[in-house]
Amino acid sequence: MNVSVKHYGTTLKVSVGGELDMGVADQFRRELDALLTKFPETNLLLDFSRVVFIDSSGLGVILGRYKLLSKAGRTMVISGVQPQVERILELSGIMKIIGIYPRETDALSQLS
Amino acid sequence: MNNIDMGKLINSIKMEFFSIADNVGLARVTVATIASQADLTLNDLEEIKVAASEAVSNAIIHGYENRSQEVVRVEVSRFEKYLEIVVEDKGKGIENVKQALEPAYSSDPERMGLGFVFMQSFMDELEVKSELGHGTIVIMRKQLSN
Repeated sequence: MNVSVKHYGTTLKVSVGGELDMGVADQFRRELDALLTKFPETNLLLDFSRVVFIDSSGLGVILGRYKLLSKAGRTMVISGVQPQVERILELSGIMKIIGIYPRETDALSQLS
Repeated sequence: MNNIDMGKLINSIKMEFFSIADNVGLARVTVATIASQADLTLNDLEEIKVAASEAVSNAIIHGYENRSQEVVRVEVSRFEKYLEIVVEDKGKGIENVKQALEPAYSSDPERMGLGFVFMQSFMDELEVKSELGHGTIVIMRKQLSN
């Protein structure tokens, strides 16, 4: 798994690549929490265009961050999800609570 | 679900590895390698990978409660009519299998209780045998088209 970060105004864009399973869940959680603490006023855009696999360990990290952000009046969206990952997000019910957008521009406009 | 006709055994791999999170990917790749030798769609393969990942993650997280020097056993067999994945741990076992199979059942708030949901959704058959203090065996089967 690898992570890169960019700022768009009050939005923090975190691009994730690789396989989001139990092997990387702790690292993924720590990195996101550190970023969200460092930039406390920002909303989160997760760019998933390079995520090739996700299971319930990865989903747990996403849902956990969503809950934390919501409590603080912040929000998060996900963009660029690949079809096989989208199926898992859909089946998990996460798509009903977290906005998922094919294009980054659509995701950004939801946050601004 | 016992006594089903699985057809002739064509290929099989048995592996044992330490209960380390990094090994989940290894188990997934091994299962996908055998599965890809059968006539499955890419979608089926992705689903089988998720199911395998969940079963092995459960063994490490719940069976062994994240202890790293225990042994997880995975056996993946391609029969003529079915792909079978067996994931076994000698961990603490599941007290109530029926309850554990229900959606949103989880003993950990950061996990979503989706492990068995994915296994049930993505495989055609799921059998869970568990004994408290002795471990758990998860048997999953996917029907292969002829």
